[in-house]
Amino acid sequence: MGLAEDFIPIVIFIIVGLMFPMVMVFVSSLIGRQKKPEPDKYLTYECGVIPTGSAWMQHNVEYYMYALLFVVFDVETVFLYPWAVVFKKIGIFATIDVIIFICVLAFGLVYAWKKGVLEWMNGGASWR
Amino acid sequence: MLENILYGASGVENGLIRGIVGVIATLLFVSLNVLFLIWLERKIIARIHVRYGPNRAGRYGMLQPIADMIKLLTKESIVPKDADKITYNTAPWVAFLFALLPAAAIGIATGLISTNISVGLLYIVAVSSLSTIAVIMAGWGSNNKYSLLGAMRTAAQSLSYEMPLVLSMIGIVAIVGSLNTQNIVAAQSHAWLGIIPKWFIFYQPLAFVVFFSAVVAEMGRIPFDLQESESELVAGFHTEYGGMKFAMFMFAEYTHLVVGSALVVTLFFGGWYLPVVSGIFANMGYINYIVQIAIFVAKMYVIIFILIWIRGTLTRTRINKMLSFGWKTLLPLALINIVITGVILSL
Repeated sequence: MGLAEDFIPIVIFIIVGLMFPMVMVFVSSLIGRQKKPEPDKYLTYECGVIPTGSAWMQHNVEYYMYALLFVVFDVETVFLYPWAVVFKKIGIFATIDVIIFICVLAFGLVYAWKKGVLEWMNGGASWR
Repeated sequence: MLENILYGASGVENGLIRGIVGVIATLLFVSLNVLFLIWLERKIIARIHVRYGPNRAGRYGMLQPIADMIKLLTKESIVPKDADKITYNTAPWVAFLFALLPAAAIGIATGLISTNISVGLLYIVAVSSLSTIAVIMAGWGSNNKYSLLGAMRTAAQSLSYEMPLVLSMIGIVAIVGSLNTQNIVAAQSHAWLGIIPKWFIFYQPLAFVVFFSAVVAEMGRIPFDLQESESELVAGFHTEYGGMKFAMFMFAEYTHLVVGSALVVTLFFGGWYLPVVSGIFANMGYINYIVQIAIFVAKMYVIIFILIWIRGTLTRTRINKMLSFGWKTLLPLALINIVITGVILSL
C-alpha cells in the first residue's frame, strides 16, 4: 500500500466517527419523550438552588506554568522519536548526542523545579 | 466464509474497502466490549465492596447495560438555557470521534488492523490526546461551575501525564526500530527456551510502570479521576448532559479503557503471542486468527481487571499531589529510562 492509501481508512474512521453520534442522537430524538417544557427544567444545575451568576467569569488557571513547560517539553519529545526509530542504524554516536540532549532537557526540568514552577499555584501555602 | 472475511481483511490492498471493513469491525468490537465492560465493572466493584451489584436483568444482571442503553435512548434531551448551544451540542461528537480514532491503528491479530500505517504509535498518541478538547468544550459550553472546574482539571491532568506517556514509549521504539504496532508485536513473538516470552515488560520494567500510571491518568480513572470526582464536582464535565449525549461521553470513556488496555497489551505483553500456544496454531489458517484474537482479548481483560481492581481499592488523590507525581516522579523516571535504554542498546 502507498502512503496516501494508508490514510484512507482513517478518513473513513473520521466520517463514521462523526456520523455515528449524529444518528444516535437523531434516533433518540425520535423515540425520546418530549414532555411539556417547564422553565425550571432548563436551569443550570447547582445543587438544586437557583444558580448564582454565570460560570463564564474570570477564572484563575492555576496550572498555566505547567502548560508553558508542557509546550517546551512536547516539542523536544518530537525530536526523540526520529532518533528512536533510526537508532540501530546510527549507533553509539547518536546515543551520546541524545544523552546530551536529555541532559539539557533534565537541566530545564530541574531549573523549573527549583524556581517553584512545579507547585500548584493556589495563592497560599495552606495546602502543603 | 469466515476464512474469506479474515483473509480479506488482512490482505486487502484497497484502502477504501479496508477502511469500511475496519471501521465496522472496530465499532462492533468496541461496542460489544463496552457493553460487557459496563456490566463487568459494576459487578466487580460491587463484589469488592461486598455488594451484589446488578442482578435483576438477565442472568447475573448481564442484560443491565442493554436496559440502560434503551433507557438513555428514550430520554428527553434537555439543553440548559444558559449553555453555549453549539459547543454544548458538538462536544459529545468530538469526544466519541477522538475515542474511536486511535483504535484504527491497533491490530488484534497479524494483519487484522484497520490501517497499517508506519507511524502507528505516534498517530495513536497524537489522536488520543485530542480528546481533551471535547472535555474543555463540554465544560465551557455547559456554563456550569462544576463542569468548568472538571474541564480545567482535565486539561491540567492530560498536559502533565502526556509527557511521561510519550517518553516511556521511546525505549520500545528504540528496541524495535519502528512505530508500527504490527512490528512491535512481531518483535515480541519469540521466547527464551521456548517458554519464557520475550515481552517488553521484561526489557522495559521501568517504562511499564511509568506508562501504566500515565495511561490510568489519561483515562481519568481512580486514583486520578479528578475530572469527574463525584463527591465534589457532581459529575465533572458532563454534569449538564443527559440522554444520548451523556451516553456518548460514557461510550467514549469506556472506549478509552478498551483502547488503553489494548495499547498496554500491544506494547508490553506481546500482543497476540503466547509462547507455546501460538506455536501450535501457527500454520492452521483461520483457526490461527481466532486463537490470536482470543489471546489478545484475554490479555486485554487481565489488564482491564487490574484497572477495575485499582478503582475498587484506591482512593482519589488531590490535584496538586497528582500533578507533582506526574512532573516530579514519572517524568524523571521516563527520562532515566531513555538514557538507560540508549546506553544498553549501544553497548
